[in-house]
Amino acid sequence: MTCTEFLQQLDEMLDPAIAGPLRAELQQHLRCCEHCEITLNTTRKTIEIYRRHEIYELPEDLRERLHEAILTKCKGCGK
Amino acid sequence: MLLVERARGGDMAAFEKLVRQYERQVFRISQHIVQNREDAEDVVQDAFLKAYEKLDQFQGNSKFYTWLVRIAVNESLMRLRKRRTGRMVSIDEDVETEEGSMPRDLADWSPDPEALYGQSEMGEILRKTIQGLPPGFRVVFVLRDVEGLSTEETAESLGLSIPAVKSRLLRARLQLRERLTRYFRKGARGNAQDGVK
Ligand SMILES: [Zn+2]
Repeated sequence: MTCTEFLQQLDEMLDPAIAGPLRAELQQHLRCCEHCEITLNTTRKTIEIYRRHEIYELPEDLRERLHEAILTKCKGCGK
Repeated sequence: MLLVERARGGDMAAFEKLVRQYERQVFRISQHIVQNREDAEDVVQDAFLKAYEKLDQFQGNSKFYTWLVRIAVNESLMRLRKRRTGRMVSIDEDVETEEGSMPRDLADWSPDPEALYGQSEMGEILRKTIQGLPPGFRVVFVLRDVEGLSTEETAESLGLSIPAVKSRLLRARLQLRERLTRYFRKGARGNAQDGVK
């Protein structure tokens, strides 16, 4: 397996729910390829970090304001 | 499902509950696309209004949330288009494949990259980095990896095929990884990880 082929199947390694027949082959490649190992680990961290940090927070006061505005619009739309 | 049924029957309290349930996510997703808070606020309002008006067209063979996200994504793209005065913006924009997804920077990361930066600095880095992706990549990454939609739901929300979602997701992940390496590589902050000097 080449590095390109490994990368094509990266989600197979990132998603624990997928445990396809490819998994063993991918693991085999990892054992002898430091580059792909780093790519896999840092990609995993990338996802985790974005998941953990809410970068567009909706502050409570804005949320209330939006909420009211939405309902006012809907009630007034004549439906 | 019950809530949606009731809302469809004209129960405003039920619709309000749906709004409560999803307003946060819809706001986040919209802001990821339009990248501007005021526009995102407008988009959220327009998206819920549209959902309300079209509620009787909702088939119920997909999840309400997926349906709602699709409306919000379309509203967001329309907003982007307006802002860029006539320039066409679609989910297919800027996604020609170059072999650019092959990782070039293979430096390993610091074992705990989050310890390198303070909370607000970290937010700044993450925002700046994801904003550099084309919208069509950004939104796939956000729906799939941040908001946790399945590949199928992401495809449905965006009107894309499953292979298209998969290939965009891969490229989005690899590009983000590559860009973050600059900040998170070992020794990225002098000797910051060795403790305060
Ligand atoms: Zn490799």
